[in-house]
Amino acid sequence: MDKRAMIGSRIALEFKDGDYVNLGIGLPTLAVNYIPEGIHVVFQSENGMLGVGPNPAEGKEDKDMINAGGGYITALKGASFFDSALSFAIIRGGHIDATVLGALQVDQEGNLANWMIPGKMVPGMGGAMDLVTGARKVIVAMEHCDKYGNSKILKKCTLPLTAKGKVNLIITDMAVMEVCAEGLVLREIAAGTTIEDVKKVTDADLIIPDTVGCFG
Amino acid sequence: MRFELQCLNWVKTGLIQHYKTLKKVDTFMQKDCVDFNYIIRILGEFMAKLISAAEAANMIKPGSRVAIGGFLAVGAPECIIDAIVEQKIGDLHMIVIASDWEDRGVGKLVVANLIKSAQVSHLGTNRTIQAQMNSNQVQIELVPQGTLMERVRAAGAGLGGILTPTGLGTVVEEGKQVINLNSKNYILEPAIEADIAIIKAYKADKMGNLVFRKTARNSNPIMAMAGKITIAEVEEIVEIGELDPELIACPGVFVNYMVKCTEVAHG
Repeated sequence: MDKRAMIGSRIALEFKDGDYVNLGIGLPTLAVNYIPEGIHVVFQSENGMLGVGPNPAEGKEDKDMINAGGGYITALKGASFFDSALSFAIIRGGHIDATVLGALQVDQEGNLANWMIPGKMVPGMGGAMDLVTGARKVIVAMEHCDKYGNSKILKKCTLPLTAKGKVNLIITDMAVMEVCAEGLVLREIAAGTTIEDVKKVTDADLIIPDTVGCFG
Repeated sequence: MRFELQCLNWVKTGLIQHYKTLKKVDTFMQKDCVDFNYIIRILGEFMAKLISAAEAANMIKPGSRVAIGGFLAVGAPECIIDAIVEQKIGDLHMIVIASDWEDRGVGKLVVANLIKSAQVSHLGTNRTIQAQMNSNQVQIELVPQGTLMERVRAAGAGLGGILTPTGLGTVVEEGKQVINLNSKNYILEPAIEADIAIIKAYKADKMGNLVFRKTARNSNPIMAMAGKITIAEVEEIVEIGELDPELIACPGVFVNYMVKCTEVAHG
């Protein structure tokens, strides 16, 4: 399994039957391909929809049907449309069971930075700050290291934060880590990876419990 | 007929307030048995007056604060935006979810150098506005999307502002008052008012009641509330009574003018 499939399939295991879920743009959206049989999840698109379905076939696109990334989508049976204020009431009000977002950096205190690199890239936070603040469970899904091989999981984020202390779980191509009161706990490692491998490329202090699971 | 003409006169002189007038009509009907439906029909034609895109653009003055509906150009009032570009109405303050694409939605206003400042949540799809921001040509206040919506809604709802946990512990909090209520912290965010709102709907009736289509609804009903004047660009206008009242997502009370535009500039 390649890195992205590894992450996508592991995210999907976090969803319970009946969950309302918001997936961030990019890597997190891969999770839809791996939802286990018997688990029904309702996906939200923060521009104003619940019940997002698969991408339309070519030529079947509807100009009024996009997701938060601007890609064309379809609506499943039971879908609903609403305005942006209501959409963010759903998000901020704690009615979304889980959100999955990418990150530039995440740290052992559950801080997340994913919306700007000063002087380089300032795309704006969009809906990310509301999602991370309001969703009941915040999952960060990303590759363990950046393209230069540096750890994206730090003791303390250095980039401007998206939210403080809101991340619950980090899923990477190498490991699954949970942010707990006592610190960042290593829960699982990817098949073919060792705990030492993970520690080597993790800047944050990792708490290693007696049993560490395996995924992928 | 004398009363009907009087109604038209009120409308033309701009003194009419939708609800107030209906009340007057109601009272009058009880007294003198005037054809109520007929009056409503006549009034409807003037309640949300039909104008051209050029006339709509002409109502926007240079330097105005303009709230604009749409999300990544879906549900954006493309025809009115094109008319603003054509008339080169500049120095605008833009209140919008995202700066859209260079050739679609409000991105066209950016490329035409008509934007002086903006309250917006996302610029990632438009490199021009990022360059304009970096060179200080455009002053940007980045606002989390949910906060932006509530601040605009607050203005339309007669509220001074909102309390939100979004942005606590981030740069969004800087320079703002944090209020502790029921042992939770919130940022005090002021309402965002607009001189004029331009929005896009799918269908309207002649009273300006609006129906939207799928995800093209997005910020449109919210932006409609915040404008001192609101202009709705619509694809189709039907007679009063033809829209199912249950499906109206923006009542005509928020809509002053309508522009009919069937041309869809994206897809």
